[in-house]
Amino acid sequence: MNSSQLLGITTFAYLLSAILYIAIFIFRANRLGMLATLTTVGAFLINTVGIGLRWQESYQAGIGYAPLSNMYESLVFFAWAIAIFYLGLEWKYKNRILGAFSMPFAYLSMAYASFSSQFGKEIKPLIPALQSNWLIAHVITCFVGYAAFAVACGLGFMYLLKDRRTKPAPDSLLASLPELKVIDDIIHKTLVFGFLWLTAGIITGAVWANSAWGTYWSWDPKETWSLITWFVYAATLHARFTRGWGGRRIAWLSIIGFFSVIFTYYGVNFLLAGLHSYGGGG
Amino acid sequence: MKNTESTAWRFFASVKLALFTLLILASTSIIGTLIPQGKPPEFYIEAFGQRTAMFFQMLDVPNMYSSWWFISLLLLFSTNLIVCTIDRLPNVWQMVVMNNLDTDPERLEKMPHRQVLQARGDTAALAEIAGGLMAKSGWKPRSENNSAGSLLFSQKNAWSRLGVYAVHLSILIIFAGAIIGIAAGFKAFVMIPEGEATDTVYDSGSGKAIPLGFSVRCDEFNVSYYDNGTPREYRSVLTVKDASSSKSFTRPIVVNDPLDFKGITFYQSSYEPIQGFHISITNKADNTRQDFRIPFGEKIPWPGTGIEFGIINQQTRSRMGDVAKIKIWFSDGQGEPSIFWLDNNATETITSPTAAYEFKARQVYATGLQVAKDPGVWTVYAGCTLMLIGLYVAFFLSHRRVWVYISKEENADRCRILICGTSNKNKIAFEKEFTALVECLTHDSTFQNA
Repeated sequence: MNSSQLLGITTFAYLLSAILYIAIFIFRANRLGMLATLTTVGAFLINTVGIGLRWQESYQAGIGYAPLSNMYESLVFFAWAIAIFYLGLEWKYKNRILGAFSMPFAYLSMAYASFSSQFGKEIKPLIPALQSNWLIAHVITCFVGYAAFAVACGLGFMYLLKDRRTKPAPDSLLASLPELKVIDDIIHKTLVFGFLWLTAGIITGAVWANSAWGTYWSWDPKETWSLITWFVYAATLHARFTRGWGGRRIAWLSIIGFFSVIFTYYGVNFLLAGLHSYGGGG
Repeated sequence: MKNTESTAWRFFASVKLALFTLLILASTSIIGTLIPQGKPPEFYIEAFGQRTAMFFQMLDVPNMYSSWWFISLLLLFSTNLIVCTIDRLPNVWQMVVMNNLDTDPERLEKMPHRQVLQARGDTAALAEIAGGLMAKSGWKPRSENNSAGSLLFSQKNAWSRLGVYAVHLSILIIFAGAIIGIAAGFKAFVMIPEGEATDTVYDSGSGKAIPLGFSVRCDEFNVSYYDNGTPREYRSVLTVKDASSSKSFTRPIVVNDPLDFKGITFYQSSYEPIQGFHISITNKADNTRQDFRIPFGEKIPWPGTGIEFGIINQQTRSRMGDVAKIKIWFSDGQGEPSIFWLDNNATETITSPTAAYEFKARQVYATGLQVAKDPGVWTVYAGCTLMLIGLYVAFFLSHRRVWVYISKEENADRCRILICGTSNKNKIAFEKEFTALVECLTHDSTFQNA
């Protein structure tokens, strides 16, 4: 068993997990609940072992680096972070419908990692600039933040879906979603969590840049876009804390913010040129 | 006059301005990620046409992040932060240090979390018991007794209200660090061939010479490769000589591990192969050794030995001119000359009819060093640390307050006990804490639900 097989299984396990949660939501198949949770935990564990094995394989190949160094590996870690963040959320709120709006992101991330031909998946030696422990700190902090923003985006959709002018009939699909007030609260907490990690991600990136090139900030497109994302979420949190924004507006902002995250992560690598371009094509 | 002053003040203190500035900063920042920055003027004329290029030059678009209008936006942002802080901090400070035992009993009745109990006894004695129970459930109280009743108060994390201002301050500290770096530092570059030293570097922007005040010598530069040909490590061995302190030391640097001396940091940044080779020949019979630095394609003698050698061919690794292999011609005047291929930086033993030699060859490089002096960087890092701490405090800690007010009920020998509390954040978690406190009191037989 090698890491790519395990990560291949992970992809399908996340797909199964997402389908189960969606089934719980749409068909109100609550008896699938435990199965969905177990599938997710199982997928998460396979994902973890896959990452660990890839780490070990890189040492066997005589290269030896943490598997967080290129587009493929970051997507695998992104899925991992979404899964654990969601499991934490499910455990805290005892609500599995959140999974229907979170786990598809974990699946999409793994699916994109597995099926895209835009970037290589093999273990490749690291160029000197990437040989730094700050790389590990940078990738972990960024992607924990991104994972929270992905879930916040999913919950934003959930909020907009539920928020109708007419009150849904008590037995309708939407009635099974959590109260608007509760969704709003979870979105807010998720955004706050993500913002703290995004900040840490930008800072660790700056420290790394300074130790590699002697400039902690050079306005390259990746840095600039991470700052744009930071501004968007900072504005969102200010609107909420001081102007009392909530509900639909914050739901929309959590979706817009995630678009900015996607652009920072994907768009800059594949649509713009910059220092981080080596993190892409590969 | 007062009126206009306060209008301007209100404008700069407003959250609306903060939201506006954040969104304008976010949207204008996009421009510089779409239009390449810092290219020569011809680039923009070619890419965007004469008229657009002129328009770009007028608005400093090619260097937008240091343009007058972007800097003005950052200034507006800073002013907003400062004014908003001066405007709000005194009130918040008041909340942190205020004496909550002064709280008007009428306000207590309107707190978001309330529970009323009753008990027999006089207020001071009941306050004693209630205080003990509060301390037991983690709310060590201060108390005050007066004729109307007894008030107990306890709070947690009052200072957490300052978290958000720590974050605002941290942004200003980061800006201050950046300004220190721009005003008192430099970014420069220098190329030093192996075996040579320099005491001058060149500003990355203007190309102006900057004296270092000491000298840096490149003793050696090496690039190593993985099996698949990607570079594994760029390594320079540098010797710093400081005449003023007659200090001298040697240290290797690699990418991500720079050398720092007197506030000036040297980063391994690039390299250049030079047309020339270091050759080292050892006669194994008597262990005499001689080092040479030779050009390509010339016959070189080792005086007094009859040895002659030269490099007659080479294979390069990249367009940069890194040599992977060289072809050596070697003769010590005895028998046929040896002709062989040798990997760069490798050693080969040559045997002639009368002697054996060890032959080592290595291409000469110049190392490219990024040289930075940034006395503001620790200020920036301090700002970053404060920002993370501030965000944590602002988001995850809340100022929670509870009061227990014990008053004599009219025409009865009972006391009314009001437990109330409020939290500035995370109300759901506080509700649990509050319920736990109420339960702790009702579990004691002294107090009953009213």
